[in-house]
Amino acid sequence: MYPENLKYSEEHEWLLENNGIATIGITSFAVESLGDIVFIELPQTGTEITQFSTFGEVESVKAASEIYSPISGKIIEINEKLETEPELLNNSPYEDGWLIKVEISDNSEFKKLMTAKEYESFVNAGS
Amino acid sequence: MKNSNIRKLLMDRSIEGKVGATMPSIDVPLQTLPNKKFLRENLAMPEVSENEIVRYFSSISQMNFSIDHNFYPLGSCTMKYNPKLNDDIAGFPGFNEIHPLQNIDTIQGALEIMFDLQNILAEITGMSGTSLAPMAGAEAELAGMLMIRAYHRNREDFKRKKVIIPDSAHGTNPASAVMAGFEVISIPTDTNGNTDLEALKNVVDASTAGLMLTQPSTLGLFDTNILEVVKIINSNGGLIYGDGANLNAILGKVKPGEIGFDLVHSNLHKTFTQPHGGGGPGAGAIMVSDKLIDFLPDPIVTKDKIDKFDLSKPQKSIGKMGAFHGNFGALVRAYSYIRTLGKEGINNISEDAVINANYLRIKLKDTLDLPYDRICSHEVVFSAKTIKEKYGVNALDIAKRLIDYDIHPPTMYFPLIVEEALLVEPTETESKETLDEFIETVKTICEEAKTNPNLLHNAPHNTPNTRLNEALAARNPKLNWRNTIEEAN
Repeated sequence: MYPENLKYSEEHEWLLENNGIATIGITSFAVESLGDIVFIELPQTGTEITQFSTFGEVESVKAASEIYSPISGKIIEINEKLETEPELLNNSPYEDGWLIKVEISDNSEFKKLMTAKEYESFVNAGS
Repeated sequence: MKNSNIRKLLMDRSIEGKVGATMPSIDVPLQTLPNKKFLRENLAMPEVSENEIVRYFSSISQMNFSIDHNFYPLGSCTMKYNPKLNDDIAGFPGFNEIHPLQNIDTIQGALEIMFDLQNILAEITGMSGTSLAPMAGAEAELAGMLMIRAYHRNREDFKRKKVIIPDSAHGTNPASAVMAGFEVISIPTDTNGNTDLEALKNVVDASTAGLMLTQPSTLGLFDTNILEVVKIINSNGGLIYGDGANLNAILGKVKPGEIGFDLVHSNLHKTFTQPHGGGGPGAGAIMVSDKLIDFLPDPIVTKDKIDKFDLSKPQKSIGKMGAFHGNFGALVRAYSYIRTLGKEGINNISEDAVINANYLRIKLKDTLDLPYDRICSHEVVFSAKTIKEKYGVNALDIAKRLIDYDIHPPTMYFPLIVEEALLVEPTETESKETLDEFIETVKTICEEAKTNPNLLHNAPHNTPNTRLNEALAARNPKLNWRNTIEEAN
């Protein structure tokens, strides 16, 4: 039920790697738990972020939650559409609702992320 | 209530040229207006008569839901009934018609009330000193965090930059710590609903300034690890802050100061009654142990040898939390409430509050999920997880449907660590009959979830506005009359 080509973190972020660039978002499980998302706060491009540290915040009608980066690196692009259309995150968490693109600084960090199967059993064990 | 009538805003009732008051003709020379660029021409004022205004505001006031109308079991908020006696007393001219800048000799009675209340609250919480300056619980938290910072700096210990907060905490706790310049470390709750001691031990070190803890926790559970928690923090030189939002559960039974808390605040408007459903006015007294007494917010009321009261600033005070002396009207109500009940009455509050919550817990444990199946304090957290999985009806739907039965929804989706949470706090002021009615209503609604889930998805039905699109309202808020006009055009 989770896309096979992505890597996952325990904080429910996903990562798609392509030529040293990681596209990062939050999983459909996270989106469903949050409910209707109303606001997303993201850092500016150029910001350096660290694996498993927070880089932004997502606010839904239920709660505000921090977003943790699944990887270290420099942010080269943010999804500006989310500022006016936060519902993209609800409607399309793996495509139109991506959050940031990052220039990956350390490939070895992938080891600390999960595959789709591992993430699925992680989610099932937690709930 | 007729929907059409109430939807017509005051501006919509305006008729050009209509005058609500008769003014005498001008008998002084006309003056020229100041520079036109400072005058607004687009400031629309409704042109209506006096009785139209009165009827308009009276009818909106009747749409309010209040504790004086119906049952209000809002968890973590202690919406108990507010005795009218307290309002009467707060309305005495000697309290109501004084000014904070008045000569101190002329407000000795008011200061005496504050002085006594400081002592009473210190006694109730087992602390050494009180400041009544903060105007709300969150402001008391900020005051507490600033005191912790000042305390460590005063000892020339500049390494203590972290504050530890359990994941069940009120959202204001981490916000207050961050506002005071601390880094927040979140620790998990164990499977019994207590502080996870192993997780705590792993994060405590010489950089720990303190811990913020709500006792009983927002799960409505008395943290039975508390003495161990205190030991771990104290032995590392940190201070312990108690969020007193749930003080109602332990009044007269447990003194936070005796457990080892260094600071604790009390939301006087919750625990000691004050109408506060609309977001205020509140009062957040802060009580501290000996070590922190010099750092209390300014002012505190002191008494000299000839029994004269004065306002004074503690030696190393963190300063003022606002103008003047705190929310005085709320302080008078709290004082009146405490003195009316006396020591025995205060003990009864916590006993009855806990019995009421446990009655609901037992009676509804087969209807809703009970994530922590143990004796609770003054509130009980249920979960609608099973109902959601079986019938697609969630906690929000159940909460909204309760409105149709004239019951205020409980707190939803909080604490965050409980899925589909419904946090119910009946308070001690509700009778068994009211509780039984609530129990029957929840059972009826959960039955409706099976037989007619749409009834819940679209609830409430009996209100001027039915289900609001909360997401749209948050994403695209329209906050003033002009926006609604622009939309109509």
